Amino acid sequence: MRIPDSQALIMIFIMTAITFFIRVLPFLLFPGNKKTPAYILYLGKVLPYAIIGMLVVYCLKDVSPLTAPFGLPELLAAVAIVAVHLWKRNTLLSIGGGTLFYMFLVQCVF
Amino acid sequence: MKRKALKAAFPLTLPVMAGYLFLGLGFGILLASKGFSFLWAAFMSIIIYAGSMQYVAIDLLAAGASFITTAIMTVMIQIRHLFYGLSLIVKYKNVGKKKWMMIYELTDETYSLIATSEPPEGVDAGWFYFFISLLDHSYWICGCTLGALFGSLVKFNTKGVDFVMTALFLVLFVNQWLDTREHRPALIGVGCSILCLIFFGADNFIVPAMLSILAILSIFRKTLDKEEEKHADS
Repeated sequence: MRIPDSQALIMIFIMTAITFFIRVLPFLLFPGNKKTPAYILYLGKVLPYAIIGMLVVYCLKDVSPLTAPFGLPELLAAVAIVAVHLWKRNTLLSIGGGTLFYMFLVQCVF
Repeated sequence: MKRKALKAAFPLTLPVMAGYLFLGLGFGILLASKGFSFLWAAFMSIIIYAGSMQYVAIDLLAAGASFITTAIMTVMIQIRHLFYGLSLIVKYKNVGKKKWMMIYELTDETYSLIATSEPPEGVDAGWFYFFISLLDHSYWICGCTLGALFGSLVKFNTKGVDFVMTALFLVLFVNQWLDTREHRPALIGVGCSILCLIFFGADNFIVPAMLSILAILSIFRKTLDKEEEKHADS
């Protein structure tokens, strides 16, 4: 059987508190009523570009290019998404179509 | 004012709706399979509200992990969120009290939408970002709860559906790429992450990746900051 409710609750509160603390920490360090340091302004400009790139890699971190299917489904789907997006510039089409294509690849091809 | 902001925010959140409903569904199904009722799924999706963390939480709960282990795992998995606040200090500056709610709801997906979008003409930025955050959270709660309630009824093959999040980030990446001529921050983000992934492995790469991204962006601040200004002028 599973752990007691009280233990589960405490664990959930620990996860909640830490998650919120990490999310809020930067705002506590650089409060809105004070002048924001130039360095933080700079990070606000460049960091989003770097972070989205990091998130793409983060999503693909468990893909292993050295064992079958060598990350091919991910690669093909990613190429398709970028190509369709450059062509049509339609976010929903690129994401929806790309995901369906990927599902087709992992379910029916690889 | 709020209605206008909600209307502007909703279409942007559709990819996240698809992703959160499916990922939430998966979470609910797994949690229910460990003997927790849908109330637990709803509760966790409301108060923890973190995708990958909640999946790990299932294992922690099922194994009855110690509080220390729970805390350490949470820090390791969530630490990347430090970056989100750091780059939203300015955007969230004049938002008022709802800022704290928006910070509470700052997931990867919500961050990526907010960081890459500006409110349309005449729409209040604070409410626009607020509704993006709130809508995303509501999708997640629906997905998790429905998954725990009815997940066992899903019969079609959902393998690969989680790729919708990868697709979202990839499209946002392309959008950002087209948006600027200064591609070095994006390349630094991808480059550092890939290098750290190779050196440190999938489970440990995120902290070194964040540190190296920060370091390189800081070292090249002079050149990168100037470029940005030039663009703003031209």
